[in-house]
Amino acid sequence: MRSPIELWVYLSTSPLIWLTLTVCTWIAATEISQRLRRNPLANPVLISVIFLSLVMTAFGIPFETFFAGAQFVHFLLGPATVAIAVPLYRNWENVKKLLLPIAAALVVGSLAAVASVVVLGQAFGLSQEVMISFLPKSATAGVAMAISSEMGGNASLTAVLVILTGIIGAVIVTPFMNLMRIQDYAARGFAAGLTSHGIGTARAYEVNATAGLFAGIAMALNAVATSVVVPLATSLLMH
Amino acid sequence: MLRGIAALLLFQLLGESLVFLTRLPVPGPVVGIVLLFAALQAGRRFGHSGYPRIEAVADSMLANLGLMFVPAGVGVVALWGLVESQAAAIIAVLVLSAVFTLAITVWTFIGVRRLMARAGEKR
Repeated sequence: MRSPIELWVYLSTSPLIWLTLTVCTWIAATEISQRLRRNPLANPVLISVIFLSLVMTAFGIPFETFFAGAQFVHFLLGPATVAIAVPLYRNWENVKKLLLPIAAALVVGSLAAVASVVVLGQAFGLSQEVMISFLPKSATAGVAMAISSEMGGNASLTAVLVILTGIIGAVIVTPFMNLMRIQDYAARGFAAGLTSHGIGTARAYEVNATAGLFAGIAMALNAVATSVVVPLATSLLMH
Repeated sequence: MLRGIAALLLFQLLGESLVFLTRLPVPGPVVGIVLLFAALQAGRRFGHSGYPRIEAVADSMLANLGLMFVPAGVGVVALWGLVESQAAAIIAVLVLSAVFTLAITVWTFIGVRRLMARAGEKR
């Protein structure tokens, strides 16, 4: 018989335990979120990240070891994005009627996401490198990182800002929209997806199927719009 | 189930390939959405039906979309050193920018939708 300590040494360096822990943590977090009636603060992404980070820190596990397992889940981001075609197809008759509001909100929203960073960043005295890494934060992670490194930003920093924007948006969107007394779930979802990409979309799906669909559309469209707007904003910043 | 997964992977692969070949400034999975959507529309027209299989997989993936952000989220904690020195300013900019973007986007959407409804009534 080997000792339990040997088992831990063996398991903690294998991807299996971290993949299993990630998936089980997520299931528990969604359970907690449901029990708390989808309270925005009980965001399942936030709960999972906090719990897993605590475990990593407590056991001194390097992120690379964790990610060797968790990357299998991370990889599914791509196919899950493609999956948005399905609700889009299912609801195309409704979406078609709203192409004009979608186009207008996309143009105004994508400009607002970038312009607000320029103005606020200067007001709060962010350095230029941080600012450039900041600009694509509302686009989904892969796109934002690509834009950032092309513009001379720091892609890892951008990844951090993208995820934080996602979580912040997902937490504030429901109370904010309720405060504004906005009941149009297509509009609410679109704003959530445009501001907070996939994490906002995940939140929108929790609240309402229509909101989820429009969030998904906004996420996809804003990934494209951001890759046009950010280079423009960067060239303006440089002058 | 497997066929549904295969379809999603295939369309992502097609999207990534197209982006690579044409140097489009668009993410591969976004092109994958457009291609899969077009394929589903074409499928309906020609009466071909692999749709229920794709639908089941797509719906269960979208229902757990948040899970796929968890690894990157844990990465944020690991990379916290990058933002630590300017953390307060960065969080302030993130929160204010998110509120501003949410507000302006939702109002534009609703505003244009109302204008359309009004134009429709006049007709």
